[in-house]
Amino acid sequence: MVDSIQKETLIGKAITKPDAPDKAVGRTRYINDMVLPRMLHAKIKRTDRPHAKILRIDTSKAEALAGVQAIVTADDTPMLGIGVNKDNPPLKKDKVCSIRDEIAAVAAESEEIALKAVALIEVEYEDLPGLFDPVEALKEGALQIHDDKPGNVGLSYETKHGDIVAAEAESDFVLDEHYKVHYVTHVCMGPSCVIADFDTDGKLTMHTQTQYPYNYKMDLAPALEVHPGDVRVMQPPVGGAFGSKLDVYPFEPIAVYLAKKTRRPVKLTFSREEEFIASPTRQPAQFHIRAGVKKDGTLTFRDIDAVLNNGGYTSWGATTPYVMMRTFTGHYRVPNVEFKSVAAYTNNPYAGSFRGYGNVQATYVTATVMDKLAEAVGMDPIAFRLHNAQEAGEVTPQGSKLGECALGECIEVAAEKTNFLARYNENAAEQDTPGRYKNGIGIATSFHNAGGAKIHKSDGCGTVVMLDDYARATVISGASEIGQGIDAVLTQVVAEELGIPVKDVTIVNNDSAIGPWDVGVHASRTTFIAGNSAKRAARKARDRILEVASKQANVEADDLDLRGGHIVQANNGVPVVKLDKMLRGLHFAGEDAELIITTDYYEPPSEHEGDNHVGDMSAAYAHGAYIAEVIVDTYTGNVNLHKLTAVQDVGRVVNKLGIEGQMEGGIAFGIGYGLSEEMIIEEGIVKNPSFRDYKMVTPPEMPEIELHFIENVDAEGPFGAKGISELPTIIPAPAIANAVYNAIGIRFNNPPITPEKVVRALMEKAGTMVAAE
Amino acid sequence: MSQTVDITLNVNGEARQVSVAPTLSALNMVREMLDLTGAKMACGEGECGACTIIVDGQSVNSCLMFAVELDGRNVTTIEGLQSPEGLDPIQQAFVDHGAIQCGYCTPGMIMQTKQLLAEIPNPTDDQIRRGLEGNVCRCTGYTKIFDAIHDVASRTSS
Repeated sequence: MVDSIQKETLIGKAITKPDAPDKAVGRTRYINDMVLPRMLHAKIKRTDRPHAKILRIDTSKAEALAGVQAIVTADDTPMLGIGVNKDNPPLKKDKVCSIRDEIAAVAAESEEIALKAVALIEVEYEDLPGLFDPVEALKEGALQIHDDKPGNVGLSYETKHGDIVAAEAESDFVLDEHYKVHYVTHVCMGPSCVIADFDTDGKLTMHTQTQYPYNYKMDLAPALEVHPGDVRVMQPPVGGAFGSKLDVYPFEPIAVYLAKKTRRPVKLTFSREEEFIASPTRQPAQFHIRAGVKKDGTLTFRDIDAVLNNGGYTSWGATTPYVMMRTFTGHYRVPNVEFKSVAAYTNNPYAGSFRGYGNVQATYVTATVMDKLAEAVGMDPIAFRLHNAQEAGEVTPQGSKLGECALGECIEVAAEKTNFLARYNENAAEQDTPGRYKNGIGIATSFHNAGGAKIHKSDGCGTVVMLDDYARATVISGASEIGQGIDAVLTQVVAEELGIPVKDVTIVNNDSAIGPWDVGVHASRTTFIAGNSAKRAARKARDRILEVASKQANVEADDLDLRGGHIVQANNGVPVVKLDKMLRGLHFAGEDAELIITTDYYEPPSEHEGDNHVGDMSAAYAHGAYIAEVIVDTYTGNVNLHKLTAVQDVGRVVNKLGIEGQMEGGIAFGIGYGLSEEMIIEEGIVKNPSFRDYKMVTPPEMPEIELHFIENVDAEGPFGAKGISELPTIIPAPAIANAVYNAIGIRFNNPPITPEKVVRALMEKAGTMVAAE
Repeated sequence: MSQTVDITLNVNGEARQVSVAPTLSALNMVREMLDLTGAKMACGEGECGACTIIVDGQSVNSCLMFAVELDGRNVTTIEGLQSPEGLDPIQQAFVDHGAIQCGYCTPGMIMQTKQLLAEIPNPTDDQIRRGLEGNVCRCTGYTKIFDAIHDVASRTSS
């Protein structure tokens, strides 16, 4: 036996993902790779009309095709709606409201046959006038898209704090601006896919990409008239999610209808084009903001009217104001705020949840408004922000308790690391001098929930920890692995508590029949919530082990510790007994036999929002300050983002590799939002449904990334950690916009800042537009 | 039944004979007939690189190639890089540097890296970025992929 084992922490170390080796060698079986015995392949017949009455659906030619096993239309279904407003029947009967609408579906012996059959389905329509502009949709006399939705109102939100009229009277300057933010989409590399399979007793197994397996049952079952308890959710590895799999979408119940009809497993996979056309998007929005400031730089009020393009049906996108309003009330100290939003039904595609959830849109506004207000009162961008940054212990008007607020520290570090002010002033002075290339530097900050978000009455997660005879731990967690790396974090947390190597921990979290309940992977909550639950379950196992060992060795439990697979004396690390030997002894102890199996259900100490949307909805909040450095080519309009420095408040780093990966990946989303990504939708039709025409960040465009973590340990987070993986998606775009302003003196209230927009704006500024047109 | 064509090819060092429909893509052939599901279908249009395999020493988008074009050729898929001794150094570097999140693009990224390092054993940062410009990753922001390639190149080219 070893002489002495010193305490070494795993927290903050770079831990490789347990799923990475199989992914590196091509061994991982993603849902898209799965084949079940006798499995059929399904395809959906979608409409190509944004708004039309369905007069006739003729499936007879498709039915006659050899290899077709079943066809379903609305007549075969209960016609119950899914989604947030339950307004979306998986198969449409009387009319279609967007071009993604599902008319019928085919299950066949091969995907090729299913595709041929879908092409043989005939649909006769009577076109209806289309409604595409949400502002038009809200006008009196606008045509009504859904019979039971007068005024085309999908969802509306309102929150009021303080007295904006009085605050406006006290203001020395009031900014009044309009913003319009666009459609982008998740573009998961693994196309949407589901396999539905009934057993002989009529119980349903769903192999899905879902990122919320437990509430998924609740949302899916009513559309099927199946009891949610009779649905088992299996989660094979997925090719990305980013929020897109946080709701039930029509293709999932459709696969079930076909499986029910054929009594065979049915797999339904999207093509890439379908992925672009028929997946959720990020919520597009229009904002009218009025924001006041005093001469000394103190923010006085914000008054925001938001109109959201709901699209034909309602998924989570229409609920993003829930997060937007937290930003408008809490991004910097501003005591008087009114926020109103309406999501208006139109004949466009509809939005779901998407990493950053409303805060990507809202922070584009607040972070660029901060730049404009600083200039209006003649303050530099850093001093102005520091003047309005909250400090530790402050509470926002909506009741977010900011705790150890690191906003000011993030700004100071970001400014110092980049020599911000000197370069900002230098660039501003160069704006109107001759020269093709203009340098710009810009800062943006944001804040976001970092300890879950209590949007449901529970924000909990359960964990089971079991130790076997070899001191290997199995961790059954409610938290889903969607590529983001929660398995590595849970491994690390449990190994830390139990003093065993990370390789001795196995995570099981892909089967709702054994997993304990969890809300889902969203709201940057998983490291915080599932991490805490795993830590607490492991702590219970540790306590029990030390209690037993204390009796056996006749030493106080407090004087013992678990290190390196041993029970050791805490003061000097001298081993008392090997952990595996002790566990075997306990297991085979006759009448006193015991297995170490512990459970935990962690409910964070946050509040479900009350009236007026007030409540401390997250157990922690995090801030970040990011600085973008650009070179604008004034001839081509190209914005070359060559460096992004991100200073991120993280509480404490748990897995260094994981958090860096979340930062860099999130930043790539943010850059795409700011510079290049846009789903171009004209009269309800998606014009660029391909990788070629939808411009994601590719390797040559990724800038140099410099990361700095601010580690002010959070009191509630696991080992002090906060959840931060949405902030890197939120902050880059406004930082880029502010940098572009610093380079060329032009503001863009309508991302993405494409070369075309830049050239047009430069020509307008120079008064050469008429000549060019 | 549509007509099929018999082809013979070498896949990851093994001779294989398959009978394929003339319209079958190389990607679907390796995935469905050889059960080599490492190469991924992500776009089917040659735009994302997730289906990258190496044919006679040249990386290709296998979704754009017909299976019949592989007749008589040497094919390496992601499954062919690993040896009994362990992972290929590129695969190991991707694991060690955190270059894999969801992993759906990973087989294509690694195969394209194999091609890149065969052509340029010690590439500059710019050469890495250009070498991977046909491969899309939505999770990582590429930075850790670049790190992994720099690392493996510095270890294997010196």
